Amino acid sequence: MRRDIFQAIADPTRRTIIGLIALQALTPNAIAEHFDTSRQAISKHLKILTECKLIKQEQQGREIYYQLEVNKMKEIDQWLEQYKKIWEDRFNELDYVLLTLKKDKHEPQSSV
Amino acid sequence: MSHNPAFDFSVNKENNTITIKREFAAELPLVWDAYTKSEIMDLWWAPKPWKTKTKSQDFREGGHWHYAMVGPEGEIHWCWADYIKIHPLKHYSGLDGFADETGNINNELPQSAWGVDFTNRGEKTLVNYVITFPDLAQLETTLQMGFKEGMTLAMENLDEYFSGSRPE
Repeated sequence: MRRDIFQAIADPTRRTIIGLIALQALTPNAIAEHFDTSRQAISKHLKILTECKLIKQEQQGREIYYQLEVNKMKEIDQWLEQYKKIWEDRFNELDYVLLTLKKDKHEPQSSV
Repeated sequence: MSHNPAFDFSVNKENNTITIKREFAAELPLVWDAYTKSEIMDLWWAPKPWKTKTKSQDFREGGHWHYAMVGPEGEIHWCWADYIKIHPLKHYSGLDGFADETGNINNELPQSAWGVDFTNRGEKTLVNYVITFPDLAQLETTLQMGFKEGMTLAMENLDEYFSGSRPE
């Protein structure tokens, strides 16, 4: 199954988890304490986030800590670039619409 | 692809805002109409090949715009915008979200707040669009939705789509 960063951030619980570990690396228990849902449900989210390569595990003594993969967040920047292009495209369309409206105004043919 | 020099797109991850500035070669009242009258919005708001179809609009403070983004395969995303403040020919602001056909807002998906300012530049008009998100993660999710809404193409195809030839 294909996992990507957008799937990772599509879920509100996962977004909160990202927000939490963005501040500091946390153990699964510490993460689960922030939620009312079961430990199991949180584990599932952590698994998906790991599969999306947005977080990684690090062993410290007997504990496992999750931390954010900062580089992965850069994919968002690439995505922003594409979003920007959507706006450019949209505005180019508006240019055309405005041109048509101006023409209609100057050369009224029939009422629409 | 020609780039308009008067186009500026900046992302502020600290304030969770995106600012989009663009100059249009038309006088202000016309540009204002193009942004506020649904029959004109329908002509340009959806990125190609999607189309915008307005279900209802009530352009006043406290009013709304309920519209659908319709894809080339007939896919539909319902959207709902609440109008908050309106200063005719100067500024308007509101909230954007996803909804269903009957106008129930989907609270699972993020909402964004936006404000649009219009500046008279004689024959031209500058439009300044600021979108604010509650937090960065929501910003990113909203962008993702905008993306889905705009394109049905897979991520991998997108670059090709932009650089290659496009259908008329």
